[in-house]
Amino acid sequence: MPAPLPAISARASAMDDASPHALLTIRGLTRDFASRRGMFGARRVLRAVSDVSFDVPRGRVTGIVGESGCGKSTLARLVLRLLDPSAGQVIFDGVDLETLTASALRKLRQRMQMVFQDPYSAIDPRYTIRSALLEPFQVQGIALDSREQDAKVAELLAMVGLNAAMAQSHPHQLSGGQKQRVGIARALALNPAFLVLDEPTASLDVSIQAQIIGLLERLQAELELTYLFISHDLGLVRYFCDRIVVMYLGRIVEILPTSDAAPRHPYTRALMDSSFEPDPTRRRIVTKLSGEIPSAFDLQPGCAFAARCPAATARCRSERPDLTREGIHAVACHHPLN
Amino acid sequence: MALLTVQDLSISIGRLAPLDSISFAVDAGEILGIVGESGSGKSLTAMAVMGLLPLIGGEIESGTIRFDGVDLTSLDEAAYRRLRGRRIALITQNPMTSLDPLMRVGAQIDQVSRLHLGLTADAAMRRSVDLMQQLRIPEAKTIHGQYPHQMSGGMKQRIVIAMALAADPQLIIADEPTTALDVTIQAQIIQIMVELVRERGLALILITHDMSVVAQACDRVVVLYAGRVAESNAVDAIFAHPRHPYTRELIRCIPREGQAPGSLKGIPGLVPSVTAYPSGCRFHPRCGDAQARCARDAPTLEDTDAGAVACHFSPGVGDG
Repeated sequence: MPAPLPAISARASAMDDASPHALLTIRGLTRDFASRRGMFGARRVLRAVSDVSFDVPRGRVTGIVGESGCGKSTLARLVLRLLDPSAGQVIFDGVDLETLTASALRKLRQRMQMVFQDPYSAIDPRYTIRSALLEPFQVQGIALDSREQDAKVAELLAMVGLNAAMAQSHPHQLSGGQKQRVGIARALALNPAFLVLDEPTASLDVSIQAQIIGLLERLQAELELTYLFISHDLGLVRYFCDRIVVMYLGRIVEILPTSDAAPRHPYTRALMDSSFEPDPTRRRIVTKLSGEIPSAFDLQPGCAFAARCPAATARCRSERPDLTREGIHAVACHHPLN
Repeated sequence: MALLTVQDLSISIGRLAPLDSISFAVDAGEILGIVGESGSGKSLTAMAVMGLLPLIGGEIESGTIRFDGVDLTSLDEAAYRRLRGRRIALITQNPMTSLDPLMRVGAQIDQVSRLHLGLTADAAMRRSVDLMQQLRIPEAKTIHGQYPHQMSGGMKQRIVIAMALAADPQLIIADEPTTALDVTIQAQIIQIMVELVRERGLALILITHDMSVVAQACDRVVVLYAGRVAESNAVDAIFAHPRHPYTRELIRCIPREGQAPGSLKGIPGLVPSVTAYPSGCRFHPRCGDAQARCARDAPTLEDTDAGAVACHFSPGVGDG
């Protein structure tokens, strides 16, 4: 076992195997949003991400999986400091992002980039693809002469399997899959070490989704990238990721140490039963989950999943289970499976 | 004779011909999957059966749509209106296409059975609450009095399904009914629809781009590509022995449990636009098995007891 990093807080360090191989270490990350019901209503606080701690091992694909309201997109933005946390730390390659000045953080962003779900929103519609690909250099104040620009644009387009002639196109002339390739090329422009992939294929046809996942796999191997892959599709996450963090209503409910680990949390089990296979001889018996995902505004005490869980007991409804590890598998459940 | 038989249906919109000679059938108690990527003509097929083509300036060029013995292509709008919602119902991807945001959801379900079955207000409400309970909507009476904005996407889709069922139709066409939903909610709704078909003897056409949904729910499958039928068969046969390369590739787009890393490839290229359908077999520019002949001659749909396929080189077809 590698020696743990210096403890950041006693509780947080017990929650994950902070290893020197981690490129990214997240400790106790929490983010609240305030809102009012109506103009004069009481101020309500929604805790979108609550005390989240895990490591992202270098050169691997870590998956975050969960449904609407689980906090996965907020988490993506916190990790890249596109949002400030209410509490907790993000440590990238040994550097606590909170200690950085704005300009140091901007410089560090060369090494950590994001690919968004909606490639439309990521590219200015008035830009040509060429200017979209050169924008990261401008933002970082990296001067390129026109020959270097040509070479960079051609290299990036080739890297994501697009024709060089596409440089002169505008986003509306591209298909959804082509736009997502441009989004990936842009994220790669500054040679990052780490990419956050926020549901990059959720709005694409399955045929195009498979193309994009194939491309991301190839790039990860060739460029030795570290990915944090965020998705609602456990089947896809299990195919693509080395390690899987399962979230429900802002909290981690389980960390699967490998993609084929058997789930121990009933929610992970339900996600697995809901993820159909392309094989009619292996039809799923759909777990009879009762009800809907509750609103994050009125969370009950106890386990957030208790209201829908087929195995919930009185204890589950009154006492929240901590995320506890057994070996390298972590689960937050009073009555784990198996 | 199946409940619905579509035979050689071709559609035009202006000078475009987005659907070319589509045939399929679905019987009571059966789930037919219509599958293909965006732009393959799945939703247009649904609109044609619902008699909604005039809304988008479309017209039936040739072919028949026989429903319970009647050719729907000969119906006038008044006759179609008696059929739509009453005997054939449509469920769309976005529940807000079907729901009025300013009206309580219960009243919207009530309306269907009052209009089509002539029920009194009280009887209609009892029927709606009953249906909502069958769809496992908790506290159905409370939800009955709520507005669409007060509920989640999955709940709204259940309300739309209750509306579709309210007049006791024989056929439901569900166009990507779960694409916008969370996976656990998708699984529950697919489960409910399968149970409805089995228990009530409904016929269901399930339109989707996702072969894993087809495998989970359907009895038979029609694969559409660029406005033509590529293949159709029973669900077990089509997954065990896909005969069209497009079917095979669509199945391979979904990762299987335990699938080796790096083995997911997708289908290269894009579905062609209706303004630029390729010559010959419309799939040939994306097909790994294509030969010179595929670019030249359109394959005919060979329809036998073992299913139908339109490919020059499919096992057991022609001289391929």
